Amino acid sequence: MTVSERIGASLQRIGALVLRHMYLLRGSWPRVLELMYWPTMQMVLWGFITVFLVNHSSWVAQASGVLISAVLLWDVLFRSQLGVALVFMEEMWSRNLGQLFVSPLRPTELVAALLTMSLIRTVIGVGGAALIAIPLFDYSIFSLGLPLIAFFVNLIIMGWAIGMIVSGIVLRYGLGAESMAWIAIFAVQPVSGVYYPVSILPEWLQWLAHALPSSYVFEGMRAVLFEHSFRVDLLVHAVLLNVVFLAVGISGFLAFFNIARTRGQLLQIGE
Amino acid sequence: MSAVVRVTQLCKQFERVVAVDRVSFEVARGSTAALLGGNGAGKTTTLSILLGLLRPTTGEVSVLGVDMLRERYRVLERINFSSPYVDLPRRLTVRENLGVYGRLYNVKNLRSRIDAVVGELGIGALMPRPYGQLSAGQKTRVTLAKALLNEPELLLLDEPTASLDPDTADYARSLIERYRARTGATILLASHNMSEVERLCDGVIMLRAGRLVDQGTPQELLQRYGRKNMEEVFIDIAREREIGLALDGKEPSS
Repeated sequence: MTVSERIGASLQRIGALVLRHMYLLRGSWPRVLELMYWPTMQMVLWGFITVFLVNHSSWVAQASGVLISAVLLWDVLFRSQLGVALVFMEEMWSRNLGQLFVSPLRPTELVAALLTMSLIRTVIGVGGAALIAIPLFDYSIFSLGLPLIAFFVNLIIMGWAIGMIVSGIVLRYGLGAESMAWIAIFAVQPVSGVYYPVSILPEWLQWLAHALPSSYVFEGMRAVLFEHSFRVDLLVHAVLLNVVFLAVGISGFLAFFNIARTRGQLLQIGE
Repeated sequence: MSAVVRVTQLCKQFERVVAVDRVSFEVARGSTAALLGGNGAGKTTTLSILLGLLRPTTGEVSVLGVDMLRERYRVLERINFSSPYVDLPRRLTVRENLGVYGRLYNVKNLRSRIDAVVGELGIGALMPRPYGQLSAGQKTRVTLAKALLNEPELLLLDEPTASLDPDTADYARSLIERYRARTGATILLASHNMSEVERLCDGVIMLRAGRLVDQGTPQELLQRYGRKNMEEVFIDIAREREIGLALDGKEPSS
């Protein structure tokens, strides 16, 4: 088999797994609705808070889209992480992992499929909420322009990294650990500076914040909205940290996978 | 005949439990072999190691001439597996499942191959139905269809007729016989059904408490134990009865 044939076969296997999850979405409108429901509800809540604060807070009045942008970008991170973990757990719920891993599918191809599905789910979920915000609050997050792409990509990657670690933990410790998928991300929310500048955190927490790509993204978002400037230095920090995060996330998942393979957990999936 | 499966001194230990203990056997090309033993004998562990789902503690496993512990991905497109205990995605229809798995196995001319397998198994009417809504017998047919999609040279079957009614079980056995006759494939199955073993298998590998305790053709075992059927042989071995043959502490016959 030539290198190009090997690459073609690998892409086909990734595509097959993506197709399997697209069939699930296509066949269930509640699943699609669920993808958009939470981001939309969050956006509506923060939209009304914005309407109130515009008249009561000079900070919000300077950039009325700051809270809606923040909640939508936060949901990019949340949905991205959740997308990886839920798609992986779907295989565990359907007791399908055994079938997958006796097929020629490589663990790295499984990872690629999980990340692809996470991207698709995030675009559907947050994209829907972002579009609804335009008529509802007369605010378009797309007005951030090209920096929005940089913010989106960085948050997606950070979400992937956390999602891979969560999936590895669930594989290793069973479905009893599945609630990790819903709660893990909230450990980083207070120190990411989603709704406030990182500078308001105690100094020792600022150190932690500066170890997270998300804090640079949200600082960058506020720079665009308040100062109308795109801070390349913040982007570089986020990208460098994300390289580390993604490497740790994927390596962590593969390490958990190898432990599961040694302990015989790929066939015995449960709580 | 060359060996398609070659297992050498295979051991698997889970903390303090030895699930497979220095097991060695071969399965010749084109033959059907049964891996037999009571509950906890080590059949599923051995099959899982053969499939690469489980890493052995020590030992070597070669399938189709490839070292399964180091190069399993070179050979996985030529193997397949079916078990009533490992599901397909339940919310996907049978058609969608076969399409997904056909792509995973890089099956050429997938549509016509699916049509052929579906025709052979008589599951055309099930194609639009979600897998999760099928009866046990229908699910077995569908997982067998998935297992035959890539025309595997080695087919591994874990209790292929478990929980099937006699008619459906007979249908599945006939299918396995036809497939082997048509393709010359090698089949290794784990089963608790001894009439199935007598009907399908050229070779039997008997395990007890993780150790290989005897092997041979069904006829050889019947003769050796002086029994009329494999069920009686199975019980003799499972209960460690000595029938002119010391089972423990000596080399198993080959």
